[in-house]
Amino acid sequence: MINRKIAPQIKDAVDFDITLKPCEKFTLDNGIPVYVVKSDEQDTLQLEMVFPGGSWFETENLVASAANFLMKNGSSKRSALEINESIDYHGAYLNRNSHHETATYTLHCLTKHLTQLLPVLQEVILDPIFSEEELATFQQNMKQRLAVNLQKCDFVANRHIDKYLFGEFHPYGRVSNMEAYDALQTQTLHAFYKRHYTYNNCKIFVAGNLPANMIALLNQYFGTTKWNGESTIVRAPLPILPAEEKKFRIFNDENGVQGAVRVARHFPNRYHPDFSKMLVLNTIFGGYFGSRLMSNIREEKGYTYGISSQIYNFRQTSAINIHTEAGRDVCEATIKEIYKELHTLQQEEVPEEELHLVRNFMIGSILGDLDGAFQIIQRWKNLILNDLDENYFYNNIRTIKTITAGELQQLAQQYFTPEDFYELVVI
Amino acid sequence: MIHYNKFTLANGLRVIVHEDHTTPMAVVNVMYDVGARDEDPNKTGFAHLFEHLMFGGSVNIPDYDEPLQMAGGENNAFTTSDLTNYYITLPAENIETAFWLESDRMLSLAFDEKSLDVQRKVVSEEFKEHYINKPYGDVWHKMRDLAYSTHPYKWMTIGKDLSHIEDAKLEDVKAFFFKYYRPVNAILVVGGPVTPEQVKTLAEKWFGDIPSGEKLPRKLPVEPKQTAAHKLEVKASVPLDALYKCYHMPGRVEKQYYAVDLISDILGGGASSRLNQVLVKEKKLFSNIDCYHFGTLDAGLLTIEGKLVKGVKMKDAEKAVQIEIDKIQQEIIPERELQKVKNRVESMLAFEDMELLNRANNLAFYELMGDAELMNKEFSNYEAITTEDLHREAQQLFDEKNSNTIYYYADK
Repeated sequence: MINRKIAPQIKDAVDFDITLKPCEKFTLDNGIPVYVVKSDEQDTLQLEMVFPGGSWFETENLVASAANFLMKNGSSKRSALEINESIDYHGAYLNRNSHHETATYTLHCLTKHLTQLLPVLQEVILDPIFSEEELATFQQNMKQRLAVNLQKCDFVANRHIDKYLFGEFHPYGRVSNMEAYDALQTQTLHAFYKRHYTYNNCKIFVAGNLPANMIALLNQYFGTTKWNGESTIVRAPLPILPAEEKKFRIFNDENGVQGAVRVARHFPNRYHPDFSKMLVLNTIFGGYFGSRLMSNIREEKGYTYGISSQIYNFRQTSAINIHTEAGRDVCEATIKEIYKELHTLQQEEVPEEELHLVRNFMIGSILGDLDGAFQIIQRWKNLILNDLDENYFYNNIRTIKTITAGELQQLAQQYFTPEDFYELVVI
Repeated sequence: MIHYNKFTLANGLRVIVHEDHTTPMAVVNVMYDVGARDEDPNKTGFAHLFEHLMFGGSVNIPDYDEPLQMAGGENNAFTTSDLTNYYITLPAENIETAFWLESDRMLSLAFDEKSLDVQRKVVSEEFKEHYINKPYGDVWHKMRDLAYSTHPYKWMTIGKDLSHIEDAKLEDVKAFFFKYYRPVNAILVVGGPVTPEQVKTLAEKWFGDIPSGEKLPRKLPVEPKQTAAHKLEVKASVPLDALYKCYHMPGRVEKQYYAVDLISDILGGGASSRLNQVLVKEKKLFSNIDCYHFGTLDAGLLTIEGKLVKGVKMKDAEKAVQIEIDKIQQEIIPERELQKVKNRVESMLAFEDMELLNRANNLAFYELMGDAELMNKEFSNYEAITTEDLHREAQQLFDEKNSNTIYYYADK
């Protein structure tokens, strides 16, 4: 008979030797860098083009995201339908995304279809026309979507908390609104596109099962000309104007049965020595299923379906944000418990057993995250776009393996003081 | 081609081993053949509530999550109308921890009153978060009730009513466990850098002595064929009018399923799909419109769902949808369009299979449908579909008498 009360032996995850598989770099004839992680195990590939086209660089609200979205909706040769049809026909996905700093186009496809898809991708990136009709449809539909989202307490809370932290004029705190959609104009979008989606601002990341002539193909479609000309994008820091008040309560829906709770504070960016240490403290506090917040507020009290704490990965400066949707009548009790957990981490060292568990959990997750070429290129992309190298990655792992309970307590004493936090409930 | 080995323990537990030596991680997936369709109509939401209780400690292990996290692992679970699935990802070196945890909670739960008490509240909050405190959040409660007269798909997995969850008793929990959470009703899939011999040894060691349980024949009430269109008007505090149309469609195990799945993709899959192109882009009647279904094992619902552009009349929007439905019923679909949706399926399957976790989960699902090998035949089932098949299925499917419509009006 086995004794089921005794756990099987485990290898401590901290004893795992994690290596980041290397990434090759090529340069197209016009200078565009191409980063490559190959893997022949599947028949699929991913091709991502990254530009400094995020909201940081827009001079009018929503121009960056609208330009990014509408590039795909018609070139001088093909209508939006023709572009969509040729992507769908080959079972491919062409996703576009606009963030604070960057804007991207990502193609996922079966390797066998790549040569059919590159001409379409080339038109989308090099030759979009921004028609009046496409813009009008976009404006109308985005406004409708916004109207629906504005009824959701979590959506409203996310907008407000970022506004309190960074100010509504900063790209990190600026939010969409009906007027800004109405004010969009095709000329502005086109000008924004022309200035930010240029050959000298482009970086390409490819991963997966690549054809042998991958670089030659990329050269053929993106490497021969100085498309959209050379432009210099300057990224100067912008002033941050946080709210003066710290506590907010908003009634968005009088019949709401839940409230969106946010408790947040500023935190230095990833270049600060405390950042990687805070990743560990934040995991203990609210970063995994067994965290202090989850154990207390969900598993002990049942106030919510889920609660977590995240560290923003913004470039200029960052923030820690605790977020949950809780029962309407337990929102205030939830906030009280959040402060209690912050306080405990300031007062008491994290027990060795718990710290050991969190180290193992974090290393296990990184091991899982590095599984497969798509995930590995993602890591490299984050390093490269933030002007970092693999040492940063290895330093983080070293921090997870070696940080002490004393250091964590010091960190909590520095950053977990309740008075530094903004708090918000939206019902 | 997904390679695997399959064997059955003496107690009836089916075990599937999927070797993949390219990853350092292993997956342990346990699927139980029980879902919301097996519930008592007066105790709905139970299969899902039960899933939560599976994390509340088992007979020999007070805390499920802690030892797993200590082993560098992560886990989660989900419940559908048809099944309940639990999965773990962890470094392959520590795979025995997963066997230990999963086998102990199959042996018996701790049946802790406190855990039931807390999870009742947690699930109530989940219910509120997804179905009450969200614009249009109640529509699926209403639609299932409108479309099904008899079959248990009549209620949502989360439950028909919050009170059913609030009233759950510990004795219900125990009865449910010993009825359904038995080896004979479960499928274990292990994937990663493992060997069949290793898995066999571990499976025998940890699961071999769990009492088999009884395989219960499933006698669900059969939904009679719908003979008249159902319509419902709703007014709610939402910003936009919305239209929902559902048609009864074949279950996942039927041959006709594949044609209907492709029809849903022709109408609603991707930006070039018919509904999006005609109704959003050309006629500008909807701000978004989708066509989808849930792939349920028993006969399900093909759904068309869209939000109307402000100012558009419901009747005009519905008429325009009907034109597209008439068209797909009456006209043969062009070959290129059929090829497009087949290519989309091929690609979707390839991307899904990239992840070890998905492969393990799918092997369990196909085994639950009857045979894991079905997973390897899936694409050829789609490839065999012709434009005539689509034409024939569309005619049956989109019969007006087979339709259920909800007119969801904004009251502001």
